[in-house]
Amino acid sequence: MLEIEINGQQLTVETGSTVMDAANQAGVYIPHFCYHKKLSIAANCRMCLVEVEKAPKPLPACATPVTDGMKVKTHSELAAKAQKGVMEFLLINHPLDCPICDQGGECQLQDLAVGYGGSSSRYEEEKRVVANKDLGPLISTDMTRCIHCTRCVRFGDEIAGRMELGMANRGEHSEIMPFISKTVDSELSGNMIDLCPVGALTSKPFRYSARTWELSRRKSVSPHDGLGSNLIVQVKHNKVYRVLPNENEAINECWIADRDRFSYEALNSEARLTKPMIKNGGIWKEVSWTQVLEYVAHGLLDIRKNSGASEIAGLISPHSTTEEIFLFQKLLRAFGTNNIDSRIKQSDFSADSAYQGIPWLGQSIAEFSSLNSMLLVGSNLRKEIPLLASRVRYAVKHGASVATITAKDTQQYIKFKGKALVSPANFANTLLAVLHAVAQSAGKPLPASFDTKVEVTALHQEIAKTLLSGEKQVILLGAEAQYHPQFATLLAIANAIAELSGAIVSVPALAANSVGAWAVGAVPTDAGDNAVQMFAKPKQAYVLFNVEPELDTYNPAQAVAALSSAKMVVVCSAFKSAAAEQYADVMLPITPFSETAGSYVNTEGKLQPFNGVVKPQGDARPAWKVLRVLADVLELPGFAYDSAEEVRADALDAEKILSRLNNRLGDGFAVNGLSAVDSIVRHAEVPLYNADPIVRRAPALQATKDVAVPVAVVNPALAERMGLSAGAKVQVKQANATSSFELVIDSLVADNTVSIPAGHPATSMLGGYFDHVSLERV
Amino acid sequence: MAVFEKGVIFEGVDTADSSCWSLAAYQARGGYTALKKLIEAQTPQDEVIAEIKNSSLRGRGGAGFPTGLKWSFMPRSFPGDKYIVCNSDEGEPGTFKDRDIMWFNPHALIEGMIIAAYAMGVKRGYNYIHGEIFEVYERFETALDEARAAGLLGERILGSDFSFDLFAHHGYGAYICGEETALLESLEGKKGQPRFKPPFPASFGLYGKPTTINNTESFASVPFIIKDGASKFLEAGKPNNGGTKLFSISGHVNRPGNYEIPLGTPFATLLEMAGGMKDGKKLKAVIPGGSSAPILPGDVMMDLTMDYDAISKAGSMLGSGAVIVMNEDVCMVKALERLAYFYHEESCGQCTPCREGTGWLYRVIHRIENGLGRPDDLDLLTSVGNNMAGKTICALADAAVFPVRSFTKHFRSEFEYHIENKKCLVDHKWF
Repeated sequence: MLEIEINGQQLTVETGSTVMDAANQAGVYIPHFCYHKKLSIAANCRMCLVEVEKAPKPLPACATPVTDGMKVKTHSELAAKAQKGVMEFLLINHPLDCPICDQGGECQLQDLAVGYGGSSSRYEEEKRVVANKDLGPLISTDMTRCIHCTRCVRFGDEIAGRMELGMANRGEHSEIMPFISKTVDSELSGNMIDLCPVGALTSKPFRYSARTWELSRRKSVSPHDGLGSNLIVQVKHNKVYRVLPNENEAINECWIADRDRFSYEALNSEARLTKPMIKNGGIWKEVSWTQVLEYVAHGLLDIRKNSGASEIAGLISPHSTTEEIFLFQKLLRAFGTNNIDSRIKQSDFSADSAYQGIPWLGQSIAEFSSLNSMLLVGSNLRKEIPLLASRVRYAVKHGASVATITAKDTQQYIKFKGKALVSPANFANTLLAVLHAVAQSAGKPLPASFDTKVEVTALHQEIAKTLLSGEKQVILLGAEAQYHPQFATLLAIANAIAELSGAIVSVPALAANSVGAWAVGAVPTDAGDNAVQMFAKPKQAYVLFNVEPELDTYNPAQAVAALSSAKMVVVCSAFKSAAAEQYADVMLPITPFSETAGSYVNTEGKLQPFNGVVKPQGDARPAWKVLRVLADVLELPGFAYDSAEEVRADALDAEKILSRLNNRLGDGFAVNGLSAVDSIVRHAEVPLYNADPIVRRAPALQATKDVAVPVAVVNPALAERMGLSAGAKVQVKQANATSSFELVIDSLVADNTVSIPAGHPATSMLGGYFDHVSLERV
Repeated sequence: MAVFEKGVIFEGVDTADSSCWSLAAYQARGGYTALKKLIEAQTPQDEVIAEIKNSSLRGRGGAGFPTGLKWSFMPRSFPGDKYIVCNSDEGEPGTFKDRDIMWFNPHALIEGMIIAAYAMGVKRGYNYIHGEIFEVYERFETALDEARAAGLLGERILGSDFSFDLFAHHGYGAYICGEETALLESLEGKKGQPRFKPPFPASFGLYGKPTTINNTESFASVPFIIKDGASKFLEAGKPNNGGTKLFSISGHVNRPGNYEIPLGTPFATLLEMAGGMKDGKKLKAVIPGGSSAPILPGDVMMDLTMDYDAISKAGSMLGSGAVIVMNEDVCMVKALERLAYFYHEESCGQCTPCREGTGWLYRVIHRIENGLGRPDDLDLLTSVGNNMAGKTICALADAAVFPVRSFTKHFRSEFEYHIENKKCLVDHKWF
């Protein structure tokens, strides 16, 4: 601890603190631009120059380490003169275009110019003009305004993990620019807009639409991945204009992913379903809520009466709120069916009876920043939960090692120590071999059920060594593992490895409320059908809630077939869709997260309630109210809730969630013999802007390079064996489904693997994400 | 054109002989005997450093920091890699001495670096050579090959347990890469921009490892000190200003070139060596230590001796020893405009005051030179300069301001005349 005096105020700070840290601690504001608490110190803007006793020159507070007994003056004549001098330099080439600048009103330069700038300029030469850059569909540039603080550059390099911007040229000719003819494609790129202290980088979708002071700021929670990033939603005239991060160190720090930030465009889109609708003779008609609810009740009652309630199945999206999910399952169960599931993309439910609790992240989100070693199983983490990947990257920068088992090397911007590039069909036996290698290394006996013969190679040993190298170890099962037909096996082996190594098993929630949905009972009970069974054994009626099975289920071909032949399909959705118009009989307009009170339970078990930020659009209504009224129409007792809070109180006890989370499996599951598979299987990743109904309708996100391109990707070896060349049209067959795609050859894909993305209309005619597939040249 | 008086580096070098740079020629002059002496006697590292300290060798790159003291900062017990780096990125306008060292006597530098490596327990060194002198870079590479073939570089030097290898790297023409931390960044393959200090290179240098950086001339002086002793080196100069020093004289003299003379030699003597003023013109002003050093009027210079302390006392600096001589035909506004343009072009652009200020200074001076000056422009120059100097990561902003301050101080009337009459006081001619 060090003693320091700032402006006469005595305080004690940690050894290693900078003067800026000390000033923050003392509540003293030192003007700055390039300094940012989450980025490395650049000390280039020179705005934070302060007077330090015994130093001949003013020193930058951001970069000057505190020494014991240091005396700092932040407002002395020397300091003020230096700060004003820097401000003058910053302004001489800065355009005076505040009236047309989007940053106006939230501009650090504008704010500080009031305090430190002159009322007129001594600079009367021509001002610099810098050409704008095309950084892609999300970030708009006005590079003449740039003050070269390099926050955006450092963010890319240090937080996003990829340097997509740099400062080229020298002196006055310095420019922030991307690599030639490249754009900024990071899934975290929007944070650069927040970081930019001037109007050089602004939001492209938001551009010129409103002034910050016209917008109200309302708190919310991201409806996308399981992190539950905290949001500030900015609204005006009952419309969402912009989304910004709401700082929460334990969850999203001060960042949000691009889909949290830019998905709001969908909330205002033409695709919103705003009227209840009924299909009559193939024609859709707008009707009143009374009519539609009576129609639904009548239809469901009819089917129960004639065929039994077990002919009704309900599928609800884990992006729905806790309250919606609770009422959904409560209503269906009260109506008599247990065919209820929220695990919409999952395919393997064989461990359902063996779970010891609700699958979850395994530890807190923040703990990922300090892990020492990690094994990723079937995970493209940075596209699944971008900010969790950012924490892993932070850990790697501080010495952690990561190994991976994957079917597609997706360039995580982490240097792997041990990478098994294997087809999805070989995930389980590869992980089993790693378990054997771990047992050998640890000198411990294998658990009996895993003592099957398996070939352990040097690669498996390397992966095991990486995992065992650290004290805080994590085995993370990503999307490709969770949706995998052998998920239960993978989870069982991961648990066995954890048993031997002391690792934590992590099953991160891929949707905002996956944990919450399970916690409030949106999983089948009492022999009810799960998300796959309810389509494999077609039902007479389906209630689809916030879910688009043609894009959101493991086997879209099977789902669409079952829906098309059902007697009644009830769709509760915030959006219209061409597919639903085909298979649905009735559509109920419910509100997205922005127009309802609700809550999400994130992947670490934290319940985060939120309120609606705007009023429902059109006749759309908060879904918890719709379900409550539908229950009344069906004359079901116990639905007399008057608020979302009442529903929540009935649905779950926030205090007890953590004790219900557990990734272990009990005795109800046994691993059967595993052997290497050399037939060809599909590898379907769900690209992050294809993962839920909201992102799929956000135009700016849909213009990015992360959107699914419906092509079939194979590695050069497979292409050669099949005599296929790049660019050829190939026919892909899965069970009864067939689609044709252009062939792309890429050595980043494992052998015997055809990578075709999911979540895209062009692939919705195909079957299971990781099922067998055959390829033929057209 | 290179002209040498005798000195510690060019003693016995016949620059007219096209093979004077070779290993054989160097050894014939007694080259590498200093290294052999150290290795055979297994001289303790501390003794080598003490000898350098005793010699009062001061950094020849411009700052004049005591070399022995710098070497003693190297954490010798640090486990893992450590580096020595030679700064041959000689970009300071007026300076051309390191080029000649590497061209005529590269092995003196190589031997000096090997001795430095020996003294500091370093296994790897780099010589960062100015990008514009490619033929010198190639010669240096050839000299390295010679040294390697002779067992003077590489594993187990001269059969001892001491191993050291040295590599040459050439820059791409940025002045800022002569700043030692920018040089390190550039050497690492990054954009050459100075680093904020602390940490200093001695603890966090190349690739984040302890690193000692010296100028070419400093390293090349080392073999003499070890061979002939610190006292002999010290005697060659004057107290606290040990040794001889290379001066690069340019401008209006009859024989511009490099002169290796004892520190403390009167400027008048140096000027005489350089053949005196060209065409018998009157001496107007001298920049005594490279373009960043404050200019001094001719009459002041004529009373000075060429050493760190004397020049510093007169309000300038010995710097790199680049002596730029100007005669009575030079318009000081025009001369300053040229210098200001240089700093404006060479600022790295990292720090606000330098990025914006160097251009501002240049534009105001440019406007005065072109008859558009305003009465308060000199005050503006002073004010802008004060806002720049001492406010940035490296000293480039200061280097840009020094000439402005000194020109407008010593030749204020010329600037005022220019502003008032919109033309030069003198009938300006460069040559």
